Amino acid sequence: MDIRLDAISHAYGETEVLRDISLEIPTGRIVCLVGPSGCGKSTLLRLIGGLERATQGRVLQLGTPPADCLNPLTYIFQDFALLPWRSVRGNVSLVLEDHGIRGARADAIIDDVLARTKLSDFSSALPRQLSGGMKQRVAIARALSVNPAVMLMDEPLSALDSQTRELLMDDLVALWTRQPFTAVYVTHNLAEAVRLGHRIVVLSRRPGEIRELVEIDKPLGERGYGDSDLEAIQKHLWDLMREEARAADEELLDV
Amino acid sequence: MSDNTQKSQPIEVRFRGGGFAPKSPRWVGFSVFVVLIAAIEIGTQSGFISSLTLPKPSDVLAAFGELWEAGLLFKHLAPSLSRLAIGGAIGASVGIAVGVMIGLFSYVRAGLVPLVAAIFPIPKIALLPLFVIWFGIDEASKYALIAFGTFTPTVVATYGAVDNVDRSLIRMGQSFGLSWFSIVRKIVLPGAMPGILSGLRISLAIAIILLVAAEMLGAEYGIGAYILQAGSLYDLERLFAGVVILSLLGVILSTIIGLVEKRLLAWRS
Ligand SMILES: Nc1ncnc2c1ncn2[C@@H]1O[C@H](COP(=O)(O)OP(=O)(O)OP(=O)(O)O)[C@@H](O)[C@H]1O
Ligand SMILES: [Mg+2]
Repeated sequence: MDIRLDAISHAYGETEVLRDISLEIPTGRIVCLVGPSGCGKSTLLRLIGGLERATQGRVLQLGTPPADCLNPLTYIFQDFALLPWRSVRGNVSLVLEDHGIRGARADAIIDDVLARTKLSDFSSALPRQLSGGMKQRVAIARALSVNPAVMLMDEPLSALDSQTRELLMDDLVALWTRQPFTAVYVTHNLAEAVRLGHRIVVLSRRPGEIRELVEIDKPLGERGYGDSDLEAIQKHLWDLMREEARAADEELLDV
Repeated sequence: MSDNTQKSQPIEVRFRGGGFAPKSPRWVGFSVFVVLIAAIEIGTQSGFISSLTLPKPSDVLAAFGELWEAGLLFKHLAPSLSRLAIGGAIGASVGIAVGVMIGLFSYVRAGLVPLVAAIFPIPKIALLPLFVIWFGIDEASKYALIAFGTFTPTVVATYGAVDNVDRSLIRMGQSFGLSWFSIVRKIVLPGAMPGILSGLRISLAIAIILLVAAEMLGAEYGIGAYILQAGSLYDLERLFAGVVILSLLGVILSTIIGLVEKRLLAWRS
């Protein structure tokens, strides 16, 4: 299932946040959204997932999601959004219960996703007992359990330290290599973008418009920490962002 | 940085963290009671405190023993407890239900919040005659008074607690396609539970106060009636015996809530 953004514009009252965004999100690819702070990345992600309505333009699904897909558009949040009163297992089963999946069927799915995210030993732990990286793996396991057609990730690694981030990036690459998923990945970390993105969308400062689309052909599995060609792309992205970021910073001071 | 810091003696950094994390060792609260009662006993025995000011704690205990032996303790306690249980249960459950509705629906909120704010400051005891006219002199008017008194603080605590539920968790529920009902049951209610329980603590203390007030105005048996009888005879020993029963009731209720919190809110560490 592909997603097409058709001339999306969005405003909160007087504040124009997004302007005329048109974008294709092809099946099995990871699209990264980068841009200066406050340019509307999170807003765009909420629009794609149907948590908010765009003031103009439409978000279209092309094709139907696979039959075993319980929740086609599934988020992974920056703050994990785990229920603190449910165990790791309970947090995953939460999203299955409403689809009438219980008992042995639920157990099979939960065991599978916990194994894929290397959490099998922690299934009865409460969120407060877990480290940040583990919490985000629980959130990833929860997202995987509903077989999403598209994963919508809003700075999923930003709350983590840089070592944990590297490890989780490897995990994400491994998950994708095993079974390619479609994702929109919002980040302000350009290293993450060049590591995980097949296509990188650079947004301008608010109101966010598409400044440039960068395609990276190198397969995810072959990308590593500090590859020189990736570094070159990252530098190019940084040059694009720097002036926007500086201008955005000065604009905020005017308010 | 400059040379005189190098020359001077190293000084250990002064500790200034700590505090602001009260714990409650079990024996402290208990020994406060023991010391206080012992002091009063010694004071009254020695004549330092006149017997008109305070009764001897040992006499209060004796009055308590009499009450027990005459079989009157349960005769007074049973109706009080049932009034408290029925009135409190009605008030708290309706209060939680209305509070959750105010927390969830705009029209209910717009309509009821001003009403609750208007009812909250009314001393409910003042309405007892009204309840007697409406519900009769019997048990029903006492239930109504206690229920009404626990209702308002429970409503206010509950909708505050629902308002404070982490919105990002609700967004998460929606993003996974959970039904409205599931979101309320599995996210909103557990998230509001800490606030609801601490509201309940206050509501139940108010319920005890109103119980006594209701019983003082017309009841043959009940702790309030017992205190009123003792008070009208200036029988301080029996009056204090009654007051001690009320205090114990309050302590027991708050302990029960503490246990419920421990069970339901174990996730909070
Ligand atoms: N619910 C809202 N109501 C009003 N204004 C909002 C709302 N949500 C976001 N905004 C504004 O819209 C703009 C874009 O916000 P958004 O969160 O999408 O930016 P972002 O690109 O995700 O920023 P960051 O990099 O800081 O996460 C900001 O100026 C923000 O103040
Ligand atoms: Mg954001």
